[in-house]
Amino acid sequence: MIFLRYLGSSSLEVLQALGKLAFFVFSVFPALPYSVWRFRLLLKQIYFTGVLSLPIILTAGLFVGMVLGLQGHNILTSFNAEEAVGTMTALSLIRELGPVVAALLFAGRAGSALTAEVGLMKSTEQLSALEMMAVDPMKFVVAPRLLACIITLPMLAMIFIAMGIFGGYLVAVGWLGLDEGAFWAHMNDQVDWHEDVINGLIKAIAFAVLIAIISLYQGYESVPTSEGVSRATTRTVVHASLGVLGLDFILTALMFT
Amino acid sequence: MSRQVKIEIWVGLLVLMTLIAVAFIALKVSNFSAIQDRPSYQIHALFSHVGGLTQRAPVKVSGVVIGRVASIEIDPISYRAKVTMDIYNDYADLPQDSSASILTAGLLGSQYVGIEVGGEEDVLKPGDRINYTQSALVLENLIGQLMVKLTDGGDK
Repeated sequence: MIFLRYLGSSSLEVLQALGKLAFFVFSVFPALPYSVWRFRLLLKQIYFTGVLSLPIILTAGLFVGMVLGLQGHNILTSFNAEEAVGTMTALSLIRELGPVVAALLFAGRAGSALTAEVGLMKSTEQLSALEMMAVDPMKFVVAPRLLACIITLPMLAMIFIAMGIFGGYLVAVGWLGLDEGAFWAHMNDQVDWHEDVINGLIKAIAFAVLIAIISLYQGYESVPTSEGVSRATTRTVVHASLGVLGLDFILTALMFT
Repeated sequence: MSRQVKIEIWVGLLVLMTLIAVAFIALKVSNFSAIQDRPSYQIHALFSHVGGLTQRAPVKVSGVVIGRVASIEIDPISYRAKVTMDIYNDYADLPQDSSASILTAGLLGSQYVGIEVGGEEDVLKPGDRINYTQSALVLENLIGQLMVKLTDGGDK
C-alpha cells in the first residue's frame, strides 16, 4: 500500500513538473521577439553568458585539440596513416566534441549562474516586484537570457572548434613533426561544409535552447530559500549535462546515418 | 570608461573572435571554397564495380581535380553502376576515347575517378558516355585470382 502510494505520488510530481515546464516554454517563446528590441539588456546578457565563458572555452578547446592530436598520432602511426591526424581532429571536433564539450562547459559556467541569478531574484521577491510594476518578468528577465544563450553558445562552439584544431596542429605539426601540407590538405579534403560544419552548428543551437530552458526554468520555479536556490543550481548542471549528452545521441543518429 | 562601453567592447571582441573562427573553419578546414558551384557539364560512365566510391568524390586527370562525382546509380539495362560526373567547364576538351578508372588515393585513402586522356580529335560533349572503364579493385577477387594462379603453378 505504501509502495503504491509512493509510486502514485512520484508520478504525479513528475507530471506536474512536466506541465510546469511546458507552461514555462509556451510563455517564454512568445516573449522572445520583445527581447530583440531591448538591445541593452540582451547585450548585457551576451556579456555575462558569452564573454565571461570565453577563457574556459579557449583553454579547454586548446587542450582537447592537443590531446586529440597526440592520441590520433599515436594510434594512426600504427596504421602508417599519420596524415589523417588532421582529419580525425577536425571531424571529431566539428561533429561531436566542439558542440558537446562547449555545451557542457557552458552549462556549468553560464547555466548555473543563470539559475542562481533568477532563483535569487525570486527569493528576494524581485520577480514579484516587477509584476507589481506591470513589467512581465518573462519579457524582462527570462527572454533576454534565453536569446543570449541561443546567440552565444554557437559562437563559443565555433571558437572552441577553431582553438581545438589549432591545438591539434601545434602538437601534430609543431611537436611530432608531421608534414604541414598533408595535415591541412587531408583535412580540407574530408571535412564538408554542409554535412559537418552546419550540422555541428545546428547541434550547438539545439544544446543552447536546452540548457537555457532548463536553467531558467529551474531558477524561475526554485523554492525561494537559500537551500532551494542551491538545489536548483545543482539540478541545472546535472539535468543540462545529461540532457546535452542524450540529445547529442539523438541528433547524431538523425544527422550522420 | 563607463560600464556599458566596456560591455560593448567585450561583446565586440567575442563577435570578432567568432568571425575569425568561422572564417578559419570555412577556408582552412572545410571544403567551403570547393562547394561554390563552378559551371560544369555532365558525362557518365558504366562500371561493373564502384568499390567505395561516393558522391562528391573527385574526378582527376593526372592527379588534378577536374570535377566531382554527381551521382551513382544502377543502369536499368546493363545492371552496371552508372557514375555521373560533373566536369568543370574549364576542362571541356576531353577526347572521346578517354578512359575512366576507379583508383584509391594511398593505401587506405578514399577512392576517386581517374581519367586517362585519349588521343582522338572529337571531344566528349555534355551527356556523353566514357566507353572505356576499369572498375575498382576488389581485394577478395584479387586474392581469388592469386590463389588460382598459385595452385596452377603448384600443379606444374
